[in-house]
Amino acid sequence: MDLFSFSKMVELFGKYHEHFLGGAYMALILSLITVFCGTILGTLAALGKMSRFKPLKWIVSAYIEIFRSTPLMVQVMIIYFGAAACGLKINVPFMKDFNSFFWGLLVLILNSSAYIAEIIRSGINAVDHGQVEAARSLGMSHALTLKMVVLPQALRNILPALMNEFVAIIKETSIVSLVGITELMFSAKDVISISYRTLEPYVITAILYFIMVFPLSKLVGYLERRLNASVTR
Amino acid sequence: MSRVKSNEVLLQVQGLKKHFGKLEVLNGIDIDIHKGEVVAVIGPSGSGKSTFIRCLNRLEEPTDGKIIFEGQQINTKKTNIDLIRRKIGMVFQNFNLFRNMTILQNITASPINVKHMPKEEAEELALRLLDRVGLKDKAQEYPVRLSGGQQQRVAIARALAMEPDILLFDEPTSALDPEMVGEVLNVMKELAEEGMTMIVVTHEMGFAREVSDRVIFIDKGIIQEENEPEEFFTNPKNERLREFLNKVL
Repeated sequence: MDLFSFSKMVELFGKYHEHFLGGAYMALILSLITVFCGTILGTLAALGKMSRFKPLKWIVSAYIEIFRSTPLMVQVMIIYFGAAACGLKINVPFMKDFNSFFWGLLVLILNSSAYIAEIIRSGINAVDHGQVEAARSLGMSHALTLKMVVLPQALRNILPALMNEFVAIIKETSIVSLVGITELMFSAKDVISISYRTLEPYVITAILYFIMVFPLSKLVGYLERRLNASVTR
Repeated sequence: MSRVKSNEVLLQVQGLKKHFGKLEVLNGIDIDIHKGEVVAVIGPSGSGKSTFIRCLNRLEEPTDGKIIFEGQQINTKKTNIDLIRRKIGMVFQNFNLFRNMTILQNITASPINVKHMPKEEAEELALRLLDRVGLKDKAQEYPVRLSGGQQQRVAIARALAMEPDILLFDEPTSALDPEMVGEVLNVMKELAEEGMTMIVVTHEMGFAREVSDRVIFIDKGIIQEENEPEEFFTNPKNERLREFLNKVL
């Protein structure tokens, strides 16, 4: 039996395409929810890290550093099995395997929030302090300065990096297959065990990831150029 | 200058000190600024002249001393500094126009959002001010499209839109290419002639001599010499000032 056969790959995709596409769909859903919740939580964490209230700043910094300095795969394992060891089980009627979905998603969110917090914090810090001084010298309050001057300029720094984070998350969802979430990587392993073919399902998986990620990362590049061209130098 | 100077004191500085940690930048500055007066502040770099002018609207918090503006001490915990700053305009070395706003929005932002002026009225005012600094046709541009001299003229218009009682200039021409210095100084000269009270930290000795009513020389965090410009430049008494003038003139 040959190692890799193109026709076999086409055949497998034809036979199990619902499996693969379902997995890709799950990967996209996971990424969307992660980015959405991660942006909210990440903004809060960024504000917490910039807070003048020291204990809050320390706690948030510790959270960010721990999640950025350990592998996602390890985080998934510790939280999933940690929750199981504590007897925490989240079940929802009519939704099979919701428990693993919940813990996997939670780790993805916690992980990406840590990165997004740093993206937002550095975006705000990158705004020239002279802009703040000018606003304050014109009688604007701290809050009004944030709203009128700092945040609009910070957004310009943040948006492309945030989109990049979304692109990265799509790929990172592959890790939660480890705890039994039926996303793309999980589907691939499924098909491997049914068909006894290894390489073809993985190549199909790679192609599907590529189809999801490549246009998006091109779009990010385009947006970045647009933003740079218009207003800021 | 032939302008009539009022005797009314607008701004009093008493025993102003500013320390950054152990570094003592200002060591006790005393000066009264009268209404309609133009005061030029000169001195070597690192002498504390920028810190001095930034203390006047509390962009730097004074360590000690009193700043009294229109009869009210403004460096107390109780002072609402945002209210005071509406009356004290400032022009920066690096212009600091808001990059996310058009020229028109730069000028109307504070009148609309701080003074709650109706938008139409604020825009009318902004266009009038832009016309005055010769940049009415740039109203819809973004700052990045303007030259340094144009940006600084907009910054002056932006400060004027709040109808301040005094304008502080922190080295307004130091970041400009030489050929653009003149256009900014001309606008400042016009303002002076119209009776605007101004404090100008500058390296432009010609401007200090021609336009100001009084020149002060700051070095080592104190006012070393203070005089009307003619006497100041032709007959400097302080040894350090003589050295300084020898170097720059």
